[in-house]
Amino acid sequence: MNGLRFEAVNVGDKLPVLRTAPISRTTLALFAGASGDHNPIHIDIDFARSAGMEDVFAHGMLSMAYLGRLLTGWVPQTALRRFDTRFVAITQLRERIVCTGTVAQKYEEDGEKRVRLAVEAANEAGEVKLAGEAVVALP
Amino acid sequence: MTAAMIDRKHIGLSLEPLTVTVEKGRLRFFAKATGQDDPVYTDEAAARAAGYPSLPAPPTFLFSLGFEKPDPFELLHVMDVDLARVLHGEQSFVYHKPVCAGDVVTLKSTVTDIYDKKDGALEFIVQKTDVTNEAGALVAELQQVVVVRN
Repeated sequence: MNGLRFEAVNVGDKLPVLRTAPISRTTLALFAGASGDHNPIHIDIDFARSAGMEDVFAHGMLSMAYLGRLLTGWVPQTALRRFDTRFVAITQLRERIVCTGTVAQKYEEDGEKRVRLAVEAANEAGEVKLAGEAVVALP
Repeated sequence: MTAAMIDRKHIGLSLEPLTVTVEKGRLRFFAKATGQDDPVYTDEAAARAAGYPSLPAPPTFLFSLGFEKPDPFELLHVMDVDLARVLHGEQSFVYHKPVCAGDVVTLKSTVTDIYDKKDGALEFIVQKTDVTNEAGALVAELQQVVVVRN
């Protein structure tokens, strides 16, 4: 991961794919505690049903954290300049999240060599859950 | 449509700023909860070897600090929005400086927009949060879009 240089990166390059374990109720309970997001819609099936959902579902920020791991697995976090996502679809229990990233653009900005990445979190069937972008600076 | 529209007078609303310490234990818990196995995020020696003074806060962690407020869903309560009707629509981060365990940061949030789509069936609350360190330097800017299903 260290030592990645701007010259060595090309538009279209793929980041190493990150696949998570299936999301369980335990995953959501732990993330609720660690993230501080105690919204019962993610941890309390009675509340979720009262809100018209069939069951609890994953925090969008859990998958965004997985995408964060995709990025910091590729470059040191100090290289990260921006990170944006749209939450496109709800992530259900038992789904595995597959995080992918592609180099979309190489450019210079604020006196730095930067790379824009298109990032996506999807389930194993390819249904996109989060879609977004990140910008990293490379030497 | 069953619920009243959110009063647009809340555009521009700033909530009481929150000052909070980034805690090592919380960072380790966050790493565990997100399956993070890179020792930089859990082992101080690894973090220092990577150039950080202590464990770094991972890319999305600053969002979590907002939940340290006495009422983490204060904005929704002020706007009289039912928590059961909201979804996270979008989230963005702009990074200026690393944040590490032991740092004391202040989060200041402002509602920058409220708009609707589908004849009010969906409403969107846009909130921008500036995060500053003890020296008053801007370390990160967050933007959150909350979707309300009416």
